[in-house]
Amino acid sequence: MPTSPPSSLHPSLDTESGAWLESLRADGPRREEAIARLHALLHRAARFEVARRRSSLPGWDGDDLDDLALQSADDALVAVLAKLDGFRGDSRFTTWAYKFALLEAAVKLRRRPWQGRELPLEPERWPQTADGAGSPHARTERAELLDAVREAIDEELTAHQREVLVAVALNEVPIDVLAERLGSTRGALYKTIHDARRKLRRRLEADGHAVAAPARSASR
Amino acid sequence: MSDERRTGDDLLRRLLGPDEPELTCEACFEEIDRYVELELAQGPERADALLPGMSAHLEGCRACAEEHASLVALLHDDRPSAGR
Repeated sequence: MPTSPPSSLHPSLDTESGAWLESLRADGPRREEAIARLHALLHRAARFEVARRRSSLPGWDGDDLDDLALQSADDALVAVLAKLDGFRGDSRFTTWAYKFALLEAAVKLRRRPWQGRELPLEPERWPQTADGAGSPHARTERAELLDAVREAIDEELTAHQREVLVAVALNEVPIDVLAERLGSTRGALYKTIHDARRKLRRRLEADGHAVAAPARSASR
Repeated sequence: MSDERRTGDDLLRRLLGPDEPELTCEACFEEIDRYVELELAQGPERADALLPGMSAHLEGCRACAEEHASLVALLHDDRPSAGR
């Protein structure tokens, strides 16, 4: 990671980040030029996100995706300028700004395939409990644990917790899509999921099940 | 690991989530730029030590994990060695 000396504007800012802040807080043509550069930076990030996901978006033409990237950059620009005073210099300014563009693009990309579709809020894809791999003992344990989770979902969760957990964790409805339909936010729904998971774990432990997390599939 | 087994284990992981304290989505977004720079500069263990709860949240929240992966990839792409 490249490092630069601290800015005089703020002791924790690197020089480049300090220059971004100074120019975005300036007046007249200097600010306009900085905003144009910032928009170009955000547009590049949004196009990067679109390109990363393009293979999972069959049927979308290039114009659709270009429009989505541009709209994401526009929305991210508004967000960055509104939150400029919240930039603490804990990262480079460009890294901080990138996350707004990636968020805008990612949310739009997740929402588009679900436009006009009914959301599956009931269990759709419970796997067969006779999950065919591993030793007989491991298969039995996994099947028993899945049955216990299913039972705990029915008996321990509120209707709202069940609906949200099933939609997101079981039916793979993107959390942003569900939040939009329910008039909620990603954070509020994730809190619901978090609370539901705690209830499930408590019930499973009370019933004597070993609930150590299965090894994660190496996505990180 | 077969696809069938991955299905069962992944489903349990998605339903039960991480078994450790985690950040909220809001805190994750607030800190993700710092976390990714720490990860790339000092390694994931150091980043996890400085920002406890981030790794667990990324394990539990698919949307935040996708955006984390995108920011990592974008910063990699920004590096001069990316050859652009």
